[in-house]
Amino acid sequence: MNRSRRLKLRIFRIVVLLLMGAFFLLPIGAMLEFSTRGNSVISPRTLDAWVLIAQTPGLVKGIVTSLQLAVITSLGMLALLLPTMVWVRLRLPQISRIVEFICLLPLTVPAIALVVGLKPLYIWININVTPSVLALAFAYLILVLPYSYRSLDAGLAAIDLKTLSEAARSLGAGWVTVMWRIVIPNMPSAILNAGLLSVALVLGEYTVANLLNFQNLQVEVAYVGLTNAPTSTAVAVGALVLAFVLLMVLTLVGGRLQQQNYIPGQRA
Amino acid sequence: MGSETARGHAGVEVRMEELSRRYGPVVALNELTLTMAPGELVALLGPSGCGKTTALRLVAGLEEANSGRVVFGGKDVTGLPASKRDVGMVFQAYSLFPHMTALQNVAFGLTLRRKTADERRRRAGEMLELVGLSGFADRYASQLSGGQQQRVALARALAIEPTVLLLDEPLSALDAKVRSRLRDEIRRVQLDVGITTLFVTHDQEEALAIADRVGVMQSGHLEQLGPPTEIYARPATPFVAEFVGLTNRLPGEVKFGMVEVRGTQLPLVQPNVPTGPAIALVRPEAVSLATDGVMAAGPLVGTVIAVAFLGATSRVTVDLGDITVMAQMPTSTAASTPAGTRVRLALREDPVLIAREEKAAVDA
Repeated sequence: MNRSRRLKLRIFRIVVLLLMGAFFLLPIGAMLEFSTRGNSVISPRTLDAWVLIAQTPGLVKGIVTSLQLAVITSLGMLALLLPTMVWVRLRLPQISRIVEFICLLPLTVPAIALVVGLKPLYIWININVTPSVLALAFAYLILVLPYSYRSLDAGLAAIDLKTLSEAARSLGAGWVTVMWRIVIPNMPSAILNAGLLSVALVLGEYTVANLLNFQNLQVEVAYVGLTNAPTSTAVAVGALVLAFVLLMVLTLVGGRLQQQNYIPGQRA
Repeated sequence: MGSETARGHAGVEVRMEELSRRYGPVVALNELTLTMAPGELVALLGPSGCGKTTALRLVAGLEEANSGRVVFGGKDVTGLPASKRDVGMVFQAYSLFPHMTALQNVAFGLTLRRKTADERRRRAGEMLELVGLSGFADRYASQLSGGQQQRVALARALAIEPTVLLLDEPLSALDAKVRSRLRDEIRRVQLDVGITTLFVTHDQEEALAIADRVGVMQSGHLEQLGPPTEIYARPATPFVAEFVGLTNRLPGEVKFGMVEVRGTQLPLVQPNVPTGPAIALVRPEAVSLATDGVMAAGPLVGTVIAVAFLGATSRVTVDLGDITVMAQMPTSTAASTPAGTRVRLALREDPVLIAREEKAAVDA
């Protein structure tokens, strides 16, 4: 690649980065500005709205609930999806297209249609199993399927799953050991990606929770917003920043894990 | 074979009894019966799709047989899963666990067998030393060459002191020079450890060089099983003759229990071949050249069209007008017959096989 082409490419990258940065940061900046605005235009900046978050019981409960849901959904998704995808790849490759179709299906179903279908089920769960808001994790498991599937699928495609698992089995490993000691350690980025996407989706989910009469973070934010808009905006900014921080952590950890497994330029 | 060795334990007898495997309507393996003596290295050789890898995977427990038995040292292991069979396996594809170092890879099977950390480190170190890679213990797979990865895989397979060693075309991804070196290394290690070994390959040179016995397979069954010299010198079927080594296909006529090829009477390996036109399979080593005497046109007089240098020997290709014939001889002899030389061929009167499927074509 010659020098001028390299320079053009670099400029293009910087422009794209600036545009994307502006696209994401401007609304967040505006929300931050609004959440720190005083009572009048000439009032000094104040963190009252942010302080109020901790003093609003509904919000704190909503944050805790959504974080619990995020953890349960992520772990549930991994426990359900990863072994299934590994099994399908190794033993039932002929049904891989069907599994992919099922996993991607929630993308095409509007949330309202999903709720209509889930409502009778949740009435039954509420009466016979548990009234806990954590039961929402079942619905979220469906919602995160398409994103998690894509991420895990890319991770599995990047390793020679068949050979690695057969090598481990010939050495005496059972299927649980193969999953735990061989498959999972070889796709950390994909698993982190799938987990983060699930967390981000759960933290931002409003429609299903609201229509099923559960109070999670976004429902509480909307509720608080009716009476105290700056505080509700502060929580929304907080949730976005949390997702951003998680993304950065993922990038750093994922990059480090990959570096651990592959050190280029040192082939003997 | 079979004696107790310093590095490992005595090998055990391995038997495959009427093993069959079908994939839908396709019969991948058809009642294969094969007994391997303790400490013996048997190579299964054949073209793609002949069933050799299926046989190995059935022994490993990575596939389930439709019928038949696999017996290790008198114990029926047919129903056992791969993880309980106690086999060591080296794969065609690089199979080192990428997130582990060479030492950790070799120690993996020992960890599963609940060996202590000290024992694991000592045994894994020994195995790496056995394959000549003790200085590479801390390297990851991505930091090793293909040949080194396969040697670590061999060390990993042997570390658990398996009953049987299974090698599934372990050299096919390597370049020719590394392949030849590693082939000798595998044989040295196998003899050193004294383990019963099944080696699957499509490379005849590899099979003939490394094995105590070679089994040539075709369409799911064993065509011939025997020592490499027997397979090469006395092939039991036309398929074996053509698959193992180079063969001239010379038209002739079967009569009175012999086949007449361009005026030369050659004995038959299988005397019950029906009379009539036939294709005789003649090894290049059984063809010799003469440049003296009368060179008038005749059935075995022709012109050298190519001389291929193979090292100590050379292969000379002679055009007889209607067919070409290959002759293999010492390079010093071949030097006197450069391309363009008129030569007279002589066929050594070794027993030859008849290519049955070609006979019909000749008849037609």
